[in-house]
Amino acid sequence: MFKEMHDLFQWAWLIPILPFLSFLLIAFVTKRSKGLSSTVSILAILTALGIAISIGIGVIQSGAEIVENPAIVNVNWLNIMGLKINFGTVIDPLSAMMLFVVTLVASMVQIYSLGYMHGDKGWSRYYAYQSLFASAMLGMVLATNLLQLFIFWELVGLCSYLLIGFWFFKVSAREAAKKAFITTRVGDFGLLLGILFLYHRFGTLDFVALSAALSTNLQNVAVAGTVGYVTVMAFLVFMGPLGKSGQFPLHVWLPDAMEGPTPVSALIHAATMVVAGVYLVARMYFLFDASPAVLQFIAGVGAFTAIFAASIAIAQDDIKRILAYSTLSQLGYMMFALGVGSYSGSMFHLMTHAFFKALMFLGAGSVIHAMHEKQNIWDMGGLWKKMPITGWTFFIGVLAISGVPPFAGFWSKDEILANALLNGHPVIYAVGLFTAFLTAFYMSRLFFVAFMGPEKPENHPHESPWAMTIPLIILAFFSVVGGLVALPEHNFAFFVHYGEFEAEAMHWGLAGISVIAGLLGIGLAYTIYVKKTIAAENIVARFPSVYKVLQNKYYVDEFYLWIIHNIMDGVAKILYWFDIFVIDGIINGIAFITRGSAKTLRRTSTGQLQTYAMVFFFAVVVLYLVFAFGEGQLQALNPLATLGGVK
Amino acid sequence: MSTLPTTGSLLLPAILLSPLLAMLIIVFIPKEEKKLIKIVAAVGTFVAMVFSLYVFFAYNRSLGGMQFTLTIPWVPDIGVNMAFGVDGLSLPMLLLTNLIGFCSIYASWNMENRAKEFFVLLLILITGVMGTFIARDLFIFFLFYEIVVIPIYIMVIIWGSTKRVSKEYAGMKLTIYLLIGSAFLLVALIALYLAAARNGNPTFMFDQLAARQELFSPAFQKVAFGLMLFGFGSLISMFPFHSWSPDGYAGAPTAVSMIHAGVLKKIGGYGLIRLGVYVLPIGASFWAPVIAVLAVCNVLYAAFIALAQKDLKYVIGYSSVSHMGYVLIAIAAMNPTAMNGVVAMMFAHGVMSALFFSMIGFIYEKTHTRNIPDLGGLAHQMPRLAIGFMIAGLASLGLPGTVNFIAEFTIFMGTIKVLPVQAILGIAGIIFTAVYTLRVIANVLFGPRRPEWDHLKDIRGPELIPLVVCGFVIFVVGMFPNILMGLIDTGVVSSGLAKVLETVSQAKMGGLF
Repeated sequence: MFKEMHDLFQWAWLIPILPFLSFLLIAFVTKRSKGLSSTVSILAILTALGIAISIGIGVIQSGAEIVENPAIVNVNWLNIMGLKINFGTVIDPLSAMMLFVVTLVASMVQIYSLGYMHGDKGWSRYYAYQSLFASAMLGMVLATNLLQLFIFWELVGLCSYLLIGFWFFKVSAREAAKKAFITTRVGDFGLLLGILFLYHRFGTLDFVALSAALSTNLQNVAVAGTVGYVTVMAFLVFMGPLGKSGQFPLHVWLPDAMEGPTPVSALIHAATMVVAGVYLVARMYFLFDASPAVLQFIAGVGAFTAIFAASIAIAQDDIKRILAYSTLSQLGYMMFALGVGSYSGSMFHLMTHAFFKALMFLGAGSVIHAMHEKQNIWDMGGLWKKMPITGWTFFIGVLAISGVPPFAGFWSKDEILANALLNGHPVIYAVGLFTAFLTAFYMSRLFFVAFMGPEKPENHPHESPWAMTIPLIILAFFSVVGGLVALPEHNFAFFVHYGEFEAEAMHWGLAGISVIAGLLGIGLAYTIYVKKTIAAENIVARFPSVYKVLQNKYYVDEFYLWIIHNIMDGVAKILYWFDIFVIDGIINGIAFITRGSAKTLRRTSTGQLQTYAMVFFFAVVVLYLVFAFGEGQLQALNPLATLGGVK
Repeated sequence: MSTLPTTGSLLLPAILLSPLLAMLIIVFIPKEEKKLIKIVAAVGTFVAMVFSLYVFFAYNRSLGGMQFTLTIPWVPDIGVNMAFGVDGLSLPMLLLTNLIGFCSIYASWNMENRAKEFFVLLLILITGVMGTFIARDLFIFFLFYEIVVIPIYIMVIIWGSTKRVSKEYAGMKLTIYLLIGSAFLLVALIALYLAAARNGNPTFMFDQLAARQELFSPAFQKVAFGLMLFGFGSLISMFPFHSWSPDGYAGAPTAVSMIHAGVLKKIGGYGLIRLGVYVLPIGASFWAPVIAVLAVCNVLYAAFIALAQKDLKYVIGYSSVSHMGYVLIAIAAMNPTAMNGVVAMMFAHGVMSALFFSMIGFIYEKTHTRNIPDLGGLAHQMPRLAIGFMIAGLASLGLPGTVNFIAEFTIFMGTIKVLPVQAILGIAGIIFTAVYTLRVIANVLFGPRRPEWDHLKDIRGPELIPLVVCGFVIFVVGMFPNILMGLIDTGVVSSGLAKVLETVSQAKMGGLF
């Protein structure tokens, strides 16, 4: 049985290759035909989804065996003196789960785009980028070593850059794309250093071998300073996720990334690429686990990001920006889950979040489509009646993210919060709980304002075409039932866990508390925005400065811009000045002196015979005088003379 | 006096002679026949490229060492041999020269002004650069090196462009730098030759010079390597001898920028390995700390200055200085992994900068400006050019999937072991590289459509050749690095370089304890 499964798992490389072939096909062959391009792309990703599902079933059937022995295939990629790197595929429950999530959401988004991108001039280019992204993301999920992961990590970053800037004629899109790339690159700088130091220290980047090398190193107490070294490396590696998963202080790019087409935001900036950082921390958990300090740091950063972003989301009016800050906040959730040791919970939340956040983004896209590119929630209203499918599915998304049972978010969020408290992190638990309250609040606010409320006469919304609503329904289905995998005996945590598996009972008491927090948030939003018992304006009026700070996202962007424009560009200008006036000045100075002295000396070559004769004459006179009266001095100058040779 | 037998392969001379032959044919073509002149030049370089591709794949990697050798005694009295051959270090550079040479013909396809002279000089230039890489004899190496200088000067003066500095100034600066560098080099070479000739058997052959380690005292090595460092360092635009590079590239016509930035300046890096590290390892390890510091200056200083540039060619000019810092820091690291990186980086940067300069050449040719604020939104009118520009930009910032990432990663890996602090500072350069590259891409290609560029035609036909060739190489080698790296590794190991480095590093360890 297991043997047969292994034969199946050997074909995992097809999953990233198919979308890549589709990318090449679109780029070089079908780009002129819109219909063909999208067909090729969607067929490729659906086939990949099929393989991913069969692999997923294979993993579930293999049961405990695959948990113990992941199916790994490796091929040499780079082999030189002092550097050997493989490329390969690893199939274990974690990667199987990611494969399923990525291919599912990518398929849904690509189908959805048939409706959303209808009539766009860059249709083929869009599907080419989509295919390339899917390929890179799936290659990253399957990576067997850190460098392979890093390579695909950068490539998904490239696709993100290309897709954020897809409408390159918009200055805002162009700037957002640039910002995303550069901000994540700051994090990647650290990750790259981490990779280099790890390879230097352990001579391998393979996850399995690295894990083994690390544990032997840690057991050997004689290797002094290992723990310190590991802490430094873990910290450096964590800089990558900091950028990619938009953790504070490198979160600034993600809200701006909403300049891309909405399906792109759903796929890349909500469900898949941004969780790459979380995935990396999970893959490298053996490294972080060895350094309690870094785990603590991850927990702190994650929790801070969660509450920080949630607080900003309250004061935003743009539907996509609210969702973007919500994504940041949920990523913080996943991150602090890893920090407090809730490995399964984090991965579980990663999965459920992918379903309901992709759902909500696509729902937002449907709304924006119907509203003719209006994104301000206050311009909307009463959409539920006009767009029932979008309205209902969005409502499911709101309930799921607010942690209302039995929707998907309830199960994963509860597991994280329970683990945080039980593993001895009460502060982080409290922050998480409060964030859950805020999340429910701002999501309900969005929903109540946009979908309920009074209709606006100037809008003529209509339900989106089937290509857009069917993905919504499918994702809504997963947002409802996705959390139920926590229930059976061989549940999600049985497959995806770190270290020894311990079956945990549901903590119904704690779950009750989080549900209450969620319901409170929804209730508060209901009172303010539907009943209007409490006027939102009064709250704003009471805390004007707080509201201003929140609306301006704590001025982090302004601070960074100030640094870039004043410090970085300032240094650049100073150095340029230095280069022109000092370095070139010296060079030109030397040239000037050479030319000047040549000019002076040139006067001696007058070309007049009389002058030469005069110089000649005076020279003879001088020589005569020297020989006649200066014999002694001359002798001193002439070493041969002192030997008595010449007289 | 050992006279080496006249045996060997005629393949390398054939590669060397095919552009030269094309040049001779062009001399006899009337200057009005511009189309024919271009076709002959293209055929000449195409033959050279195909042959060097053949050599690249026919080279026996398991055997290693110098292959396709040909040795003809030339001036036996002083031990000069017409000796050619390639190994894993020089073969990538030979291929690079011919790839870029071929592309540079097409980048100049619209050259109408005195086309005949232009292509004659261009072909001489290509031949000269190629000769330095296949020479196995110091004398021949230097001879080809000097051949290169003349066409460059003339080409900048006649076909160059005047921007911040006049083309005359740029050409003069470029040439004088090359000449001063080569003067110092000449002193070092003669000293090396004389020192090696003390056993009564004068030779200019690289391998024999390297085999006479015992004749070079440590003091001699330090002085000789110092002179070489100045000579080759100026050529590879080592800080603070880099200022010719941005001015020179900005002033030069496209093809010269491509060849100069793409391969010519790599003679500096190649020379530092082949002559410096290989023949004078003690001298090299003495100077290594200095090189490392200057290299970090190259990387960061030039990257920052690139941020402040308004002229496209200046951005790429400073970027090229910045990237050469990686080559230098890897030389300073003095270990086999880093040496692999040196050759890979020279190759990668060559392909990338050739593509970059050719795309900028087309932009300049079509819009008549290189001033970044005047450009913008070119992706609307010229999508294919935009693709080429973006590929070059992404390669420049070392994106995985491009050959440049392989090179940078290898260098970082080799350097971080021995020079951690300098390496970290150098690696920080990748952030600033991303900043200036993406700014240029954004400001030149993207943004709202500008009606004043609506009349521009996208690159097509022959103009596409640089994009196709360089783009193909960048991605294929980037995805399958063993194609290139396997060969370079053979070169590093079988040329004896790895052994030399091991000995030096052991000696260093011995000195410490």
